[in-house]
Amino acid sequence: MRESSPILAGLRKRIARLAANGGFESRRAEGWLASGHARFDAAIGGGLAVGRTHEFFAADALDATSAAAFAALIALRTPGKAPLIWLRTSDAGKRTGHIYAPGIAELGGDPDRLLLVETADPKMLLACANDAIRCAGSAAVIVESWGKFPLFDLTAGRRLALGARDAGTTLLMLRLNAAPAPSVAETRWSVAAAASHALEANAPGAPAFDLELLRWRGGAAPARWRLDWNHDEKAFGPNAGNAALSGALLPLPARRAMASHGAAAA
Amino acid sequence: MRIASVDAEAEAVGLRIGMPLADARAQIGELSVVSFDPVLDQDWLDRLAQGCARYSPLVALDAPDGLILDIAGAEHLYGGEAELVRDVEMRLARLGMTLRHALGPTADAARALARYQTRPAPDEGQAIRRLPVAALELESEATTALVRAGLKTIGDLASRPMANIAARFGADAAMALRRLLGDAPSPLDPRIALPPVVAERRFAEPLGSTAHATKILAELVGEAIEELGGRGKGGRHFRATFFRSDGLARSIAIETGHPTRDVGLVMRLFAERMDSLADPLDPGFGFDMIRLAVPRLEALGATQLKLEGGAVRAANEGAAMNELADRLTTRLGRGRVRRLRPADTHIPEQAQLELPAADAPPPLPWAAPESGEPPTRPFHLFDPPQPIEVIAEVPDGPPHHFRWRRATHAVRRYEGPERIAAEWWRRRDNGGLTRDYYRVEDAQGRRFWLFRHGLYDEKPDPRWYIHGVFA
Repeated sequence: MRESSPILAGLRKRIARLAANGGFESRRAEGWLASGHARFDAAIGGGLAVGRTHEFFAADALDATSAAAFAALIALRTPGKAPLIWLRTSDAGKRTGHIYAPGIAELGGDPDRLLLVETADPKMLLACANDAIRCAGSAAVIVESWGKFPLFDLTAGRRLALGARDAGTTLLMLRLNAAPAPSVAETRWSVAAAASHALEANAPGAPAFDLELLRWRGGAAPARWRLDWNHDEKAFGPNAGNAALSGALLPLPARRAMASHGAAAA
Repeated sequence: MRIASVDAEAEAVGLRIGMPLADARAQIGELSVVSFDPVLDQDWLDRLAQGCARYSPLVALDAPDGLILDIAGAEHLYGGEAELVRDVEMRLARLGMTLRHALGPTADAARALARYQTRPAPDEGQAIRRLPVAALELESEATTALVRAGLKTIGDLASRPMANIAARFGADAAMALRRLLGDAPSPLDPRIALPPVVAERRFAEPLGSTAHATKILAELVGEAIEELGGRGKGGRHFRATFFRSDGLARSIAIETGHPTRDVGLVMRLFAERMDSLADPLDPGFGFDMIRLAVPRLEALGATQLKLEGGAVRAANEGAAMNELADRLTTRLGRGRVRRLRPADTHIPEQAQLELPAADAPPPLPWAAPESGEPPTRPFHLFDPPQPIEVIAEVPDGPPHHFRWRRATHAVRRYEGPERIAAEWWRRRDNGGLTRDYYRVEDAQGRRFWLFRHGLYDEKPDPRWYIHGVFA
C-alpha cells in the first residue's frame, strides 16, 4: 500500500491537470456556424459552436437528404473558400444517393468547396475522420454513417471531440437510420423534411426543415423549429408556410387509404 | 545545292536524289522545295515513335526514316497483323506520310524486307532469300564484289558455306547474313522514356531491414529534391523501387495534388503508403539496390526559408488541406478522394464529374441559382435511377402516388414536366427516350425527383424512376 501512494498521488495530480485545461465544456467556443435565423441562433447561444461535435440524426431513413442538406448548408454558409470535407462509406451513394453538385449549386452553395472522401468500411471512416478533424482550415468535417455505428463509441467520440477542439475544426456527425444515443456531442439534432410553402400552381417551394434539438450542453433542450432555406440570402428563415402545414397533420384515415392504394398498385 | 530527298510524285516525273537543284528547277517549273534539316527530321521521327507506342511498348528508331515495332503478342488487340498494319497506314496517311512496311520474324529481317524487297514471295523465308545482297548493308566495295562473284541474292549467299563468306568478304558479311536469316540474335534497342529525375543507391552488402531501407529512401528523396530545386521544378509523382538480391523488385508510388519539394511530406506519404500495403515490404534476403524516380515534374518557384531556422515557410494557407488530401489519397487510393466538376451536358447523371482530387482541373463555374425559385436539381442523385411504381390520373400526366422501397408516397404538390430529351447527336442510333421530370412533394413534406422514361408515342408502356431527393 505504501509503495503505491506516490503512484496514486501522481495520478491525482494528472487528473487535476487534465481537469484544469478542460473537458470540452470549459473552454469558450471560438465562433459559431450560424443559421442566419436570428431567433434560432439566439436560442442556441449563437449557432453551432466551432471546434465542437454536433450530431444530426435523420428522423427517418427517408429524411437522410434533409439531414445531410442541413449539415452541408450550415457549413457552406460560412464565407470564404474553406473546404468542406465530407467522409462517407462507399455504399452510401447507392443507399442515400450521390452528392449532386448541380443541386448544391442551386441551393446557393459552392460545390468547389467540397472534398469527398469515400472509405471502404466504417473503421477506415473513423480513422480518416481522425485525420481530417486534426487538419485546421476546413469549414467543417461531415462524417456520414448509416445505421448503428458500434465503432463510434464514447471513447472514439471523445477522441474526435478532443481533436476537433485542439485544431479548432467543427465535426458534424451525420447519423442516418440510427437512433439517438448518449455521446459527447455539444448538440444533438433530429432533422426531418417539412412541407414546403407551395408556390403558384401548387408547386413545391423552398427547402423546409423540421428540426428538433434533442440535447444541448449549454442549456435547455428539447426544442423544435421549422426553418426554410433561402438560397438568395444564403440563410435559413422562419417557415413561410405555417398555414400550409396540413401535410404533416393529415388525419389518419386518409393515410390508410393511401397505403391500401399503394398495396393495390404493388 | 542538291536534292536530299524526293517524294513519290517527284520520283515519277524523273527527279532523283543527288540531282542539282538548279537542274530540277529547269526540268519542273513549279517545284516546292523545303530545306533539308536532319535535326527536324529526327525530331519528327521521334514523335512518330512516341505515337507508335500505342501499338507496342517496344518501339525502336531506325534513323533516319524507319521505325521498328516489336508487335509480338500485341497484334491480336487489333484483330491480326494485317489489321494492325492497316491501322498504322491509316493514321500515317492522315499525317501525310507514305508507309512502306514489312513483317518479319526478327527485327533485322523485317527491316531488310521493308527497305529492299522488290519481288513478292510466297512466305517470309522465301522473301528473305530473294532479297538483293545490298540488303546486308555492307561497304559498297563488298557489295560490288558479291555481285561480281555472281551472288546476287541472299539465297545465293546462304547456299555457300559460312566460313568461305567470312574468309572472302569479312566477318561482318557473315554476321549480317546470319542475322538476316535469324541464326544470330538481332536485338532491338527500344526507345523507352526515362523519368526526368532518378536517384539510386547500390549496396555491396544487401540491406536486411525495411527501416534501414526507408532511411536510405529518405536520403534519395533528398538528392532528387535537390536536383528538382536546381531546375525550378517540383515533383507530383514519386516512385521508389526496391530491388531484392534474389532478383525480385517491388515498386511503391505516391502522388501529390500539387508539385512539392518537401522531403518531410514525401516521406510521410511513403510511410502512409507502406502502412496501407496489404502485403508489407519484405526484404527477403535483403535489398541490393533502391531507386527513386520522379516521373512527373511541374514548375514550382523557389521558396523562402524561415529567417529563424531552416524550415520552409508554409507556401500558402491551403498547404495543410492539400497535405490532408494527399495523405488520404495515398491511404485510400486515387479514386476515393474526389472533387466535383461540372460537365457540359443536360443529362442529369452526366452533369457532374467526380474526379480524383489529385488531378482535378481548376474549378469551373457552376450554373447560378435562379433568384426566388426553388432548386430544380436534387441534393442527392441516384445513379442509376431506381425504378418505382406510379399511378397517374391520366396516362401522360403527373404522378398521383408512387411506391418506392416498399413505401407508398402520396403526391401533394408537383411541378412539371421538365422535358429532357436524349442526346441524339451523340448516339449512334439517333434515338434514346425522352424523360419527363416531375418535382413532387409527398404528404410528409419530402421532395423527390421522378421521371417517366419515354413519351407515350415513343414507347407503349413507359417506366417510372426516382432520380433524386431534394432537400
